[in-house]
Amino acid sequence: MSTAATATQELNRSITTAPLVQVRDLKTYFPIKKGLLARTVGFVKAVDGVSFDVQAGKTLGLVGESGCGKTTVGRSLLRLIPATGGQVLYRGEDFFAHSGERLRRLRQKMQIIFQDPVGSLNPRMTVGNIIGEPLEVHGLAKGSDKRDLVVSLLQRVGLDPSYQSRYPHEFSGGQRQRIGIARAIALSPDFIVCDEPVSALDVSIQSQVLNLLNDLQQERNIAYLFIAHNLAVVEHFSHEVAVMYLGRIVEKANSVDLYRDPKHPYTVSLLSAVPEPNPRPTKKRIVLKGEIPSPSNPPTGCHFHPRCPLTRTLAANHNAAESTEVKTSGETFRVMNRCKVELPVLEVKSAESGHCAACHFAD
Amino acid sequence: MADRAPLLEVKNVSIGFDTSRGMIVPVNNVSWSIYPGQTFALVGESGCGKSVSALSVLRLIPTPPGRYLQGEINFEGRNLLKLSESEMRKVRGKDIAMIFQEPMTSLNPVYTVGDQIMEAVRLHQNVSRSQAIQIAVDALGDVGIADPRARLSVYPHQMSGGMRQRIMIAMALACQPKLLIADEPTTALDVTVQAQILELLRKLQKERGMAMLLITHDLGVVAENADVVGVMYASHVVEYADVNALFDNPTHPYTQGLFRSMPKLGVKHERLETIPGMVPAPGRFPSGCKFHPRCSSMNGDAVCTKTDPNLREVAPGHWASCHHAPGYEIAAITTPHLTYKRTPLEVMSG
Repeated sequence: MSTAATATQELNRSITTAPLVQVRDLKTYFPIKKGLLARTVGFVKAVDGVSFDVQAGKTLGLVGESGCGKTTVGRSLLRLIPATGGQVLYRGEDFFAHSGERLRRLRQKMQIIFQDPVGSLNPRMTVGNIIGEPLEVHGLAKGSDKRDLVVSLLQRVGLDPSYQSRYPHEFSGGQRQRIGIARAIALSPDFIVCDEPVSALDVSIQSQVLNLLNDLQQERNIAYLFIAHNLAVVEHFSHEVAVMYLGRIVEKANSVDLYRDPKHPYTVSLLSAVPEPNPRPTKKRIVLKGEIPSPSNPPTGCHFHPRCPLTRTLAANHNAAESTEVKTSGETFRVMNRCKVELPVLEVKSAESGHCAACHFAD
Repeated sequence: MADRAPLLEVKNVSIGFDTSRGMIVPVNNVSWSIYPGQTFALVGESGCGKSVSALSVLRLIPTPPGRYLQGEINFEGRNLLKLSESEMRKVRGKDIAMIFQEPMTSLNPVYTVGDQIMEAVRLHQNVSRSQAIQIAVDALGDVGIADPRARLSVYPHQMSGGMRQRIMIAMALACQPKLLIADEPTTALDVTVQAQILELLRKLQKERGMAMLLITHDLGVVAENADVVGVMYASHVVEYADVNALFDNPTHPYTQGLFRSMPKLGVKHERLETIPGMVPAPGRFPSGCKFHPRCSSMNGDAVCTKTDPNLREVAPGHWASCHHAPGYEIAAITTPHLTYKRTPLEVMSG
């Protein structure tokens, strides 16, 4: 490469730091098979066109309720489940295109921590082996070097080194989660998918584990994709947050903006539904009607239109030609035509902060 | 307008379990009261004894290996611990009903929803089959299920988590109980569904004047639903107060630690506060105050390591079990009871 080209590249890098991980139009569909011949009759569109960036050393929170696809995003991204479409770029390289040795090397850098501290640790392996195995498999350390590394990893996550000869069942949920974290950082990754890492833990243990993850991020410049349903935890822990509903991102903004000024009606309801630890409530609760639809049979147009308070209010205040009748869950009401028919695109609503929402009518 | 006498009074109850390593005592000398129409929240983390306490009210603890070591559970003046099993069966489902965290494991998968509700109805009420069907239809309608008559023939696995929880509530309420025990009723549900279910419970309570024992670990749920709160830690009730007093002035160091370590929506924290250490398992409780190894208010005081404090009324209407709580030394040891009921939460349905 010529010096001019290198200089340009350096300049470009200093102007805009490219994101560490870029996800573009990720799709993961699961076939629905019926009948004796197991013919595919449809698809569960668990992830239906999701795009986001994760900056180095920063945390992107991914929130949503059951069936929104957030866990599938985390697993498809790391190729633990095969994606149906889309692209994942790691430091500009196409992660889905690699195989063999190259893939293995990339995988060292992209790790995962699971929700279930019971199911994610092999009950027949000692703690020392669980943490040490990745080091051996990737040829990074053997023998006494490996043992030393395991000891230092255990200490780093706040566990006594003598625990390495014990088995997972001898530990509490919080301790097992720390073992999972030690395993995830063993290969010095710079990106970790945290799939509901504290949801199964008590509140007082939760904060210990979150502080540990935060410290590790600062020390080792690790980026996190933080998947969770506890909105207060996500707000605290993430720099940026994306909200998912039925396979799609409906809103994306930096953490402060999302919680202070939510634009998508679903986000507004979600935030309002979180019980406030204050016996004299400061906010009016918005209780959504109806259930979350099944991802195998999502509503047309905007997936949220059958439950959306905004479209109902607008339909009531506009003339009948602009709205249409909907009947669901024993209720009949009117929604705006566009909401029923047209899929809203995730677009920027606030240029200076990059706050995006997928809603025809939010501003 | 609560009556003077409590509906349910738990007095000095201790429950033990025989294990291969000796007896463990997960509920130790526990006392609290619930008045008619009141919501009492029993809050604490895993292993504190709240679920065992709740199950003990309905005598659902298997004996053996469980044992009621001491105390009384007085429901409308009658000690439930002294009733025979057949007398107890008349109480369960009729006067006191219970709903659980996992509706899928509590509902029978091979019976329809209608069959399960009607079974509860016909067990306690002398009605014909067609009358029972109508009661079941009404019960489903009361819990907000659309098209209730058609839903009678549906199986539990065909419904979502929120719907199943509504069925459980319908079953529990079919015989108009005076007290509903709800053991983590919304923990397994999504937050928007949780809001619906809690709103439903509040509405039904108001309509029927029903009391509720709400077991949860979520302080947000407590703040929005409870009239009176009991905080449990390692087999004891460590604090008891009305919900405003508890949130305004948490007195026990464990309660204070819980509040501090909770991330709150709308507040950006640099670093979360924690309670160091872990909850001790029953059978491995420390001597003296069970919280002392984790307590930052100890000030190196020997009394905390030697003597287990008891629940005392340290301020009017506010009980705490901590040697260092202001007023503890001169306070009386009494069974906690508060008739407080709050004004209802305003809700906007969207």
